[in-house]
Amino acid sequence: MSMLTIAMPKGRIFEEAAALLREAGYQLPPELDESRKLIIEVPEENMRFFLAKPMDVATYVEYGVADLGIAGKDVLLEEERDVYELIDLKISPCYLAVAGLPDTSIDEVAPKIATKYPNVASTYFRSQGEQVEIVKLNGSIELAPLIGLADRIVDIVSSGRTLKENGLVEYETIVGITSRLIVNPVSYRMKDKEIGQLVSRLSDIIAEKAV
Amino acid sequence: MSKLLMFEKPVGMRDTLPHIYETKRKLKEAAEMEMRSWGYRFIETPALEYYETVGEASAILDQQLFKLLDQQGNTLVLRPDMTAPIARVAAAKLLKERVPLRLAYSASVYRAQQREGGRAAEFEQIGVEMIGDQTISADAELIALLVSVLKKAGLERFQVSLGHIRFTDELFRQILGTEERAEHLRRFLYEKNYVGYREHVKSLPLSSIDKQRLLRFLDLSGGPDCLEGAADLIEDGAGSEAVAELRNVYERLQEYGVAEAVKFDLPLVSHMSYYTGLLFEVYVDGVGAPVGNGGRYDHLLEKFGRPASATGFGLRVDVLIGALEQLVEEEKTHCILFSNERRIEAIQEAGRRREAGEAVLLQDVAGVEDVDRFTESCKSVSFFVGKAASGRDF
Repeated sequence: MSMLTIAMPKGRIFEEAAALLREAGYQLPPELDESRKLIIEVPEENMRFFLAKPMDVATYVEYGVADLGIAGKDVLLEEERDVYELIDLKISPCYLAVAGLPDTSIDEVAPKIATKYPNVASTYFRSQGEQVEIVKLNGSIELAPLIGLADRIVDIVSSGRTLKENGLVEYETIVGITSRLIVNPVSYRMKDKEIGQLVSRLSDIIAEKAV
Repeated sequence: MSKLLMFEKPVGMRDTLPHIYETKRKLKEAAEMEMRSWGYRFIETPALEYYETVGEASAILDQQLFKLLDQQGNTLVLRPDMTAPIARVAAAKLLKERVPLRLAYSASVYRAQQREGGRAAEFEQIGVEMIGDQTISADAELIALLVSVLKKAGLERFQVSLGHIRFTDELFRQILGTEERAEHLRRFLYEKNYVGYREHVKSLPLSSIDKQRLLRFLDLSGGPDCLEGAADLIEDGAGSEAVAELRNVYERLQEYGVAEAVKFDLPLVSHMSYYTGLLFEVYVDGVGAPVGNGGRYDHLLEKFGRPASATGFGLRVDVLIGALEQLVEEEKTHCILFSNERRIEAIQEAGRRREAGEAVLLQDVAGVEDVDRFTESCKSVSFFVGKAASGRDF
């Protein structure tokens, strides 16, 4: 059996992803959660995990330095990487939405949209028949409409609290997001047994939880 | 864009340094020899072609083409693959001489890359095309040749994944009714988005039996057993013919003794519209992208005015090199250092050694700044320096 290398997203999704793997019967060491180490070997399971920025997980998997990865659908939509999206893990549910200050309309000449997701935002507004100008930000997107940088933002919404606390309202929902198991196309073939096993164990546990 | 620095090259363009050149040469020689020994004849075509002909007929996406204008204002492309140029030559000329045609190529192709690093915009492809033979024997020969070429190139762990686009098309047509809906679903497979595929199938107004058929289709991969499952999914017609073809080709690959390198992967859709029958991709352990792909493309030749069935494959030389365990060691040469007094002796000695098949580097010692550093990388050194009667070997 060859070893599987799995890219895990740091932060929000990590805990739920690790919990899901444990529920599926994988013996992950506790140090996975606390450690500052970037790479953690789990020889008992013939697996190796590494922690990455969520936005980079699909990149590692596409280049084949990770066989598998756990990535939000938002990342997959934004990055359009050449990877297999095998299963919906149904964890970390949230959605991408357009938000802004209440009762405002967007600039008619050059509407500005601030976002961490320039690709998704641009595709969405084009599909709505609108040409917008995208301002790419790396965080605290809610700030943009408050201080007049942008008319609208496109961002992840989970509870809606951050928007509310900043006096913003949702205008449209773009798409629902959950985390996905993604696989490198070559690993998908060359390690088909190992990956098949992981996929079926995860699918079983997801189906169980859905009932 | 900031001012270019003198060492920079366009995005995706790469230099081949001597030791990589040697590895590449060996690999290509092994592959070419194998293709030749199967009766394939090598051809070359120009790097530039018309956009309207080869550019449009090619399977490569428009945004990946390098385009330029000639002096008459025609749009030209740097050839993005070799299949379309070969189809052009075959339709215009070679098919009049002999059918079926077995042709091979080893050439650079050009594809513009917009994303970040790691993707070559110019890379060599080595491959074959068999034109004018619609039999399964032709498909089987190609896959057998492909396996043989990879073995000769020194690769051990690789896998050919085999699919059949007519099976996919026929299954979707039987269940979904219209080409438009079939294309929608096929796109999920092309994008490798199995989650999207399943969600889309669940949302369709179909009987639960038909939904199950579409969902089970995703699981049709692995050994020859999965063909049973494939036959169960499809009603008689083009789809079951496709299953028969897959079975047939597998039997022949067993006869060639290469079946263990092949697995089925029925949901494989490597291009939205190019392939018309059997299609395959090749993977090697340790590199993140397929090393090659191929399949049957029966509609390409008619674009060049002479309909003919065709099948072929292409391998990426750069990815293959990435898959090799180690690079070939550069062959070291013998070095003769001479001073002016003994120049004639040195030239004669070099001549004798070269005649005997040895690579010899002849260097005037006055042109070398640091003799030790210069001779470091030589296999051995002989000096023809000063007034002594014969060369000293070291």
